[in-house]
Amino acid sequence: MRIHLKRNRLWTRCLVLLMAIVITACGSGGGAGGDSANGSGAGLETGSSDSADEPVTLTLLIDNQTAMSGIEAVVKEIEKRFNIVTQFELRPGGSEGDNIVKTRLATGEMTDILFYNSGALFKALNPKEYFVDLTDEPFAENIDDSFKEVVSVDGRLYGIPASTASAGGWLYNKKIYEELGLSVPETWDQLIDNLKQVEAAGKIAVAGSFGDTWTSQIVLLADYYNVHSELPEFAEQFTNNKAKFADTSLALRGFEKIAEVYQPSFVNEDIAVATYEDALRMLAEGQVAHYPMLTSALPTLEETFPDRIDDIGYFGQPGDDPNNHGLTLWMPAGFYLNKESEHIKAGLKWMEFFASEEGMSIFMENMTPDGPVMIKGMELPDQVYGAVKEMMPYIQGGKASPALEFLSPLKGPNLEQITVEIGLGMLTPEEGAARYDLDVENHARQLGLEGW
Amino acid sequence: MRYGLQSGTRTRFFLWSVELVAMVICTVFFLVPFYFIIVNSFKTSSEAAQFSMSWPKEFRMIENFVEVFTVRDHMLLLAYYNSTIITLFSILILIFVCSLTGFVMQRRRGKGPLVIQFLILAGLMVPPAIVPTIWVLDSLGLFKTMPGIILVMAALNIPFTTILYSGFISTIPREIDEAAVIDGCGSWRLYFHIIFPLLKPIHSTVIILSSVLVFNDFVHPLYFFPGAENVTVQLTLYNFMSMYRTEWNLLFANVLLVTIPPMILFLFFNRKIVDGMMAGSIKG
Amino acid sequence: MSKNVKSVYSYTLLIPAAIVYVTFFIVPTVFSFFFSLTRWTLIEWEFIGLENFIRFLKEPQLFIGFKNTLIFTVVTCVLKVIFGVMLAVLLTMNIKTKHFLRSVIFFPTLISFVAVGITFKVLMHPTSGWINQMLGLLGISGPNWLGSPRIAIYSVALVDVWKGVGFATVILIAGIMSIPKHYYEALEIDGGNRWNAFWHITLPLTRPAINIILTLSMIYGMRTFDLVWTMTGGGPGFSSDVIASIIYKQYQAGFYGLSTAGNVLLFLAVMLIVFPFYKFLTRKEVSV
Repeated sequence: MRIHLKRNRLWTRCLVLLMAIVITACGSGGGAGGDSANGSGAGLETGSSDSADEPVTLTLLIDNQTAMSGIEAVVKEIEKRFNIVTQFELRPGGSEGDNIVKTRLATGEMTDILFYNSGALFKALNPKEYFVDLTDEPFAENIDDSFKEVVSVDGRLYGIPASTASAGGWLYNKKIYEELGLSVPETWDQLIDNLKQVEAAGKIAVAGSFGDTWTSQIVLLADYYNVHSELPEFAEQFTNNKAKFADTSLALRGFEKIAEVYQPSFVNEDIAVATYEDALRMLAEGQVAHYPMLTSALPTLEETFPDRIDDIGYFGQPGDDPNNHGLTLWMPAGFYLNKESEHIKAGLKWMEFFASEEGMSIFMENMTPDGPVMIKGMELPDQVYGAVKEMMPYIQGGKASPALEFLSPLKGPNLEQITVEIGLGMLTPEEGAARYDLDVENHARQLGLEGW
Repeated sequence: MRYGLQSGTRTRFFLWSVELVAMVICTVFFLVPFYFIIVNSFKTSSEAAQFSMSWPKEFRMIENFVEVFTVRDHMLLLAYYNSTIITLFSILILIFVCSLTGFVMQRRRGKGPLVIQFLILAGLMVPPAIVPTIWVLDSLGLFKTMPGIILVMAALNIPFTTILYSGFISTIPREIDEAAVIDGCGSWRLYFHIIFPLLKPIHSTVIILSSVLVFNDFVHPLYFFPGAENVTVQLTLYNFMSMYRTEWNLLFANVLLVTIPPMILFLFFNRKIVDGMMAGSIKG
Repeated sequence: MSKNVKSVYSYTLLIPAAIVYVTFFIVPTVFSFFFSLTRWTLIEWEFIGLENFIRFLKEPQLFIGFKNTLIFTVVTCVLKVIFGVMLAVLLTMNIKTKHFLRSVIFFPTLISFVAVGITFKVLMHPTSGWINQMLGLLGISGPNWLGSPRIAIYSVALVDVWKGVGFATVILIAGIMSIPKHYYEALEIDGGNRWNAFWHITLPLTRPAINIILTLSMIYGMRTFDLVWTMTGGGPGFSSDVIASIIYKQYQAGFYGLSTAGNVLLFLAVMLIVFPFYKFLTRKEVSV
């Protein structure tokens, strides 16, 4: 104990003061850091005037899994024409990203423009609370009605299409089909037969990528055309608690089909951990013959395997009637304008251009479309993927229906885990369907829907 | 030390063989994953995607690291800056407030310390409530600001850090306090003048463990410190992962780069922790 | 002790901690407990009593989650203590490379969960992963570490031990080093061997350190989330879900009230298990 203990009290006070300074320094020092970090952002944003001549910066929140080349090209054009700069803010995709979007909306921290799914997920955001009503904007007329439906709530429109639509179904390797002399199946039994022949030829019949759980739901979701064409009222009854998957045999078929295609003899050995990317590689390289997927995988495939993209074909998930072979459509994500934005005028101008024929053409020049355009009167350019060409006859023949998640606000959050369990044989399709019905009930109650 | 005191040949042989075995096992077990990260960060994208341990056929270290640094407008540099500031200041707060709390908690008798102990343990057990925390931050005008995230990171790490301090303070004999009190010390003076300097060794431990926790935190900055300019190092990893899906070489290079600051800190304080532990046995 | 000395430990010393902790942790937490009784969309809420609690307890995967949480907690607690003690004893012996080895063992603590998750996902791949390739060279066909529903949670627990054993070892080294040397000298004079020294001196006297590790890893284990989430996401299916990942998934789905109720229940469960356990441990500690 060699410390001098007898000093006056002043010294103690000094020390206390010193610590207090340290604390406040933490605050202000941190503040300085924050300011300088924000400073560079603020520098870009000059004033809040919306006049076209003065530069305006719009912030745009988008997930990091979307191919951006099309959007970026349009944004550049917007900057050139209207002096509106778009600053992207990236967020994670998937349900983690959903959460960030919801948190930022609830805390009033949303960017000027939001890129987000249409359909059930969008409707769960409580749009009229947060987004600018676009119903009476002149450019609303350009938008295809089927898309309007999935970004409207109570008849009011809140979004514009951020891309082209895509389809769910089966991507297949044409070379393997040629080699084995197979033809595109028109019924489910023919499909299973094809799978058996591929298996017999010593190749993997179906790629499963349950490492990315969302990919496991496609077989169920893409089967919706087959439900819809015979039971068009299913979506409504499902929403009103009047129809369930477990006791609607046609809807239950979707769950059964999962169990039928992901049999161990058909699939890749590492199905439980393989990723979306792994599956696309196997398909492109001809190791597997089929991959149940959305056509939105095509741009990714082209990027990674530009010389194999023409080997990939597409067919809709068949039902039992060869004359009623259709496809299930996925609506593109939308752009929504934040009500609280300081630049609503600039935002509307931005949207008007993006949703115009001109804007969409620039988009498609820079990103080959993977499905029908959602702007009225526009046709697909000549330069499209072979798989997309195979898709068009279904649409032209009127044999297409949107997926259930675009017709009903309800989608149980655990569906992808349930479909994984069915695919791996851990649950029977019946158990899975019943479990999903429970999951949907949870969702409905959280939304406070009537009739639940 | 200890049993090394006897130095017969048999003992020496025993120690030597134990050491050899330990070296081999520990190196394989703990370092192979590092080797894996490092070696793959040097490879080309397609070679890294094979996930092998082999030495790179084509050595692309510099290109990879330059790319990781420059991608998205040098985002990584900004992230380093943000994460460093957050870590530095929250650790300063933690050292100050937790040593005080640990001190009172160890020294007091009766119900008081039990209540503190309960609050501390509860803090370890309850996951933070995201949205209400944002409300609090917002109402104080601290949401999306450096001071805000610093204070939240400090608050979330108070329980763990306090436990470290209170454990160490229990090894400081009370007689020291008593002597100080007899000499006329008040609470704050006793603490700043006598106790705080004695805590040096545990400060090193706290600096390492808590800064690693703060620096490596991914989720909380994501919620409490959103915005394009407010990236933290773990976020760069995450963005990277999906932006360059297949580019494992860059991902591993990024992993390596964000792991370097904690490692430097560790190498710097490593010996101090050990020194500190020796000092911890003052009572002996 | 004189009154004078007692009052020197003034509660005013707690004010700085209290300001930070109460404002940024306790207040939000109390808020959130209230919302566990509501249907909450973050903007509006509706009081629904205990419905969320009932719903949460009815979650079909809750049982799996609970079982996995227990497995994870027990496996990590036990292995961290066993390996930690072994390594700590080794690293307090008179060996040349002890500083190097200490650093090696501590290194994993420095890497973030995200990075550890990414790396081990790759290393544990059933066919192209390094671990199974090595086992293959030894003629063992390795399991599908993360893809097999039965063992996924154990694989994650092992990785957690890999990451956390360094911290446990450091605490234990501190414990061992604070044992007064003359205890060992006395035992040496009495003719005790290494084993006696370990069993009769080292182990009982490092009990406080072991208790800290057990308590911390138990609390951590019951709340575990990061590693499970980055490595398996609770999968395949629901097979490696832990309680915290179930809560997190509900939160992600926008079931805010429900997930808050889950948090409250998890908190109560941890408390009910950890407090008695802690009491039990520390009582034994005194009797040694």
